[in-house]
Amino acid sequence: MNRMTRDQMAARVAKDIPEGAYVNLGIGLPTKVANYLPVERDIFLQSENGLLGMGPAPAPGEEDWELINAGKQAVTLLAGGCFFHHADSFAMMRGGHLDICVLGAFQVSVGGDLANWHTGEPGAIPAVGGAMDLAIGAKQTFVMMDLLTKQGESKLVEACTYPLTGLGCVSRVYTDVAVFDVGAQGASVIEMVDGLSIEELRRLTGVPLAYAAQPQVA
Amino acid sequence: MIDKIVESAAAAVADIQDGASVMIGGFGTAGMPDQLIDALIDRGVGDLTIINNNAGNGETGVAALIKAGRVKKIICSFPRQSDSHHFDAAYRAGQIELELVPQGNLAARIQAAGAGLGAIFTPTGFGTLLAEGKETRTIDGVDYVLEYPIKADFALIKAQSGDRWGNLIYRKTARNFGPIMAMAATTTIAQVSHVVDLGAIDPEIVVTPGIFVQRVVQIASTTNHALAA
Repeated sequence: MNRMTRDQMAARVAKDIPEGAYVNLGIGLPTKVANYLPVERDIFLQSENGLLGMGPAPAPGEEDWELINAGKQAVTLLAGGCFFHHADSFAMMRGGHLDICVLGAFQVSVGGDLANWHTGEPGAIPAVGGAMDLAIGAKQTFVMMDLLTKQGESKLVEACTYPLTGLGCVSRVYTDVAVFDVGAQGASVIEMVDGLSIEELRRLTGVPLAYAAQPQVA
Repeated sequence: MIDKIVESAAAAVADIQDGASVMIGGFGTAGMPDQLIDALIDRGVGDLTIINNNAGNGETGVAALIKAGRVKKIICSFPRQSDSHHFDAAYRAGQIELELVPQGNLAARIQAAGAGLGAIFTPTGFGTLLAEGKETRTIDGVDYVLEYPIKADFALIKAQSGDRWGNLIYRKTARNFGPIMAMAATTTIAQVSHVVDLGAIDPEIVVTPGIFVQRVVQIASTTNHALAA
């Protein structure tokens, strides 16, 4: 089966982010999306620790450790960018001002429930950060993840078995083999990689999948 | 003449007692008032309840406080990181209590305390483990969780410049929790890189008005350090 690389997935998500969007990219894989946003598009990247208009990583040696992103990596600020305190930052999310957030996930349900903060395993130290605020706050929550776990289990599920981050908050899921819309109406397939059939995708996920569009090369 | 400038970090934290609740600014190490925390460690008090976004990174700041065994409870959003080994060890040994709060709820609860609100209804966390057993309400079709304010006896924060009336401005993303913690503590202590004359900070850009700050101590700006990924 063809699988998209991390970079191809990031490029695919970037295609769906329009000019003028206020966007938060979650820690990990979603941060790669920034590398594929077309420079001619004004897109405002928000970071939960208090900046809007986040720019790319600085050149080596140019890091300022008081200018960091949510993953605590050094970043830069674009001309026109600004700083603010944490309550304002999370008001941007919870208040519905952020257009899109892109998050990683352990599981997403066909109804749009998200599980991405805690495995619930005994002995695991839980950490939630801003995930719950982002998931329910942004106008649209996108998830980026591999479709299958290393054990071959689908991460798109009927109902999440891991502890939830938010209920019914995810609208679109970008995986390495297909793109799905999820929500109250259930899951539907938007795109599949070349060579993948809807029958195979239904077998891999084990969940009901609506499918109308023609398969496209992702 | 009102002069909130204190001569040293040790003098600034001299009345923090055993069992105090202490908010500490910072997101990771950005905005972490390391020298105030060092002074608190030197003071020798323990059984502290610490409110911070994280639970320490590496060897400095909140991590050093935990390593020294001074923290009874920590209220934070993101304890587990690649360099949170001192917290991890204390937590696994049952030596530290953890109250995990979604980051935006942490900010909103601190802000609510500073603003004198009795509680807030927040949509964040509804239907999750972190809202279990909490009162909920549906308002205009949206489900909310009742959360109570978080206040503290002290706030230790870091700012860029301060004057003798306590007005503060911050530097870049080191601002983070500083302004809201300053409002939510009975006594707010700011370490600043520069003490400036009254009027030197443009009143249009004062971020924390001096009414929220009780003490200001000048600490020469220190080199920040990278965090483990």
